[in-house]
Amino acid sequence: MSVIELIDLSLELDGKKILNNLSIQFQAGKINAVIGQNGAGKSTLAQTIMGLPDYRNFEGDILYNGISLKNLSLEERAKQGITLAWQEPARFNGIDVSSFINAGAKNKSKTTVKDSLELVGLSYTAYAHRFVDKTLSGGERKRIELASIAAMEPSVILMDEPDSGVDIEAIQYIFNVIQYLKTKKITVFMITHSIDVLKKADYAYLLCNGMLVDEGDIGRMVDYFSGNCITCNHINKPVLEAVQ
Amino acid sequence: MSTKQELLDELLSSIKTHSHYSTEDAHMEVDGNKILAQTTVPGLIMDLVETDDGIEGEIRVKAGIKIAKPVHICFGMIPENGIQIIDLNVVMEEDSEAQFLTHCTFPNAINLEHRMNSSVTVGPGARYTYFERHIHSNSGGIQVIPKTKIYLEEGAQFKTEFELIEGRVGLMDVDYDAVCEADSILDMITRISGKETDFIKIREAGWLKGNRSRGVLASSIALRGNAKAEIYNELTADGDYAQGHVDCKEIVQDRGVARAVPIVQVNNPKAHITHEAAIGSVDSKQLETLMSRGMDEEDAVDMIIQGMLRKK
Ligand SMILES: Nc1ncnc2c1ncn2[C@@H]1O[C@H](COP(=O)(O)OP(=O)(O)OP(=O)(O)O)[C@@H](O)[C@H]1O
Ligand SMILES: [Mg+2]
Repeated sequence: MSVIELIDLSLELDGKKILNNLSIQFQAGKINAVIGQNGAGKSTLAQTIMGLPDYRNFEGDILYNGISLKNLSLEERAKQGITLAWQEPARFNGIDVSSFINAGAKNKSKTTVKDSLELVGLSYTAYAHRFVDKTLSGGERKRIELASIAAMEPSVILMDEPDSGVDIEAIQYIFNVIQYLKTKKITVFMITHSIDVLKKADYAYLLCNGMLVDEGDIGRMVDYFSGNCITCNHINKPVLEAVQ
Repeated sequence: MSTKQELLDELLSSIKTHSHYSTEDAHMEVDGNKILAQTTVPGLIMDLVETDDGIEGEIRVKAGIKIAKPVHICFGMIPENGIQIIDLNVVMEEDSEAQFLTHCTFPNAINLEHRMNSSVTVGPGARYTYFERHIHSNSGGIQVIPKTKIYLEEGAQFKTEFELIEGRVGLMDVDYDAVCEADSILDMITRISGKETDFIKIREAGWLKGNRSRGVLASSIALRGNAKAEIYNELTADGDYAQGHVDCKEIVQDRGVARAVPIVQVNNPKAHITHEAAIGSVDSKQLETLMSRGMDEEDAVDMIIQGMLRKK
């Protein structure tokens, strides 16, 4: 059973087709990686599944446990257990880490804040009372974003490049989060440009120009990074594209 | 008729405190035109008298005196109707230091006017910190009209924070004017939350007259319902290396209307003033983030506004 299923999903933004006839059944309770070049449409897909206001006007359908999300707002989708960890998380003036994590937490408590910060390798004493504003570094903000989604215990997580901006030592904590989500049987849609992060996934989808060009087990899909031997229309047939 | 003690207790309970100050705590509580209690500490002179509709006089901190604990002041009116006029001169003598925590409380107000006419002189090297929090009823029938002239002598430091985030604003008309001599620091922060038909007018002007004087005027205003705000921030720099910054953040929801008029003028090529204003609805990415964590839109907007208005 697939928790999230895309049926002929297409989306235009400003008259430009960004998602092109995507049909995918994401695997329930698994880490589903989404890979592809810059501009392939990965973030757009995550935001469309989440239902951000600018991404509601799609063709085709998105099913969540077999039910269409078409008429559900962002708020309604989140209440159903879908959430998004942003590629570039927002910053908030005057909201501290502890209230930010508790805002969406399933069990709002100090222990939840403590545990979820620990999961991403940040100490409660050093971070809980800091503001989620520009005084946090980009990498710290990313880790707090992941702490917040872990505290929420949703059923589907759309993670947009959880590793971007996170340093080599801290990447271990991103792996911790992925492992934690796995043991919780949460369905994860994870966008990444990192081969090490991809290796933590169960299955991968390769997008190019808004289209699904390949999918498969990780063992084979890592080839996309190591030498680009997986065919991608966009990369391999530039002349053809220019003609079209 | 309430006794003095009863009025004092009611006044203090409206600001969530009590009258058990220790003897080292300087404080003063005023209801309408009655001074209910007053305790001072060495070097702090509170020379105030009751007038027909308020109080007047001087608060002075003697030269070189550093008052360790905050001086608590409470101006309030327990009745529903009336007028209160405070005429106050504050003098911080050379190298003195004091911190004032002032509450203005009108918990039952239906038709009330509170006027404050004050002048503050901060002497050479002196430091003055003034935090004013307003607690209003929810009736909206309050008019708050504070006018303050500030004079900062060489090396003086003046920091003030004004906060009105509980109850209705009613009508508020603030006018602050400051002159800053060499090496002085002016720092004014205002945080106000308006709703329904509240009207907020703030004029803050700082003249960075002396060399190396510095000034920051910052305001954070949230407007909901039909609330309106007009914010006039003026900074003028004349001194060599004078530095200033004007920062105005306004979140407007519902049918709120915000107008921000920053005026920055630099008369000296060695001086520098920056200005930043952001007016608009709640930031969409912040809102979407909180909503994606399962919050209702209304709660998310509240959380973002409370954050903006929070003491940093
Ligand atoms: N509002 C918009 N209007 C027009 N084009 C848009 C809009 N938003 C995104 N795009 C375009 O859609 C394409 C896909 O963008 P998207 O952010 O989904 O890419 P991505 O795969 O996440 O890339 P990256 O790896 O760089 O994050 C890009 O070409 C982008 O310029
Ligand atoms: Mg992206």
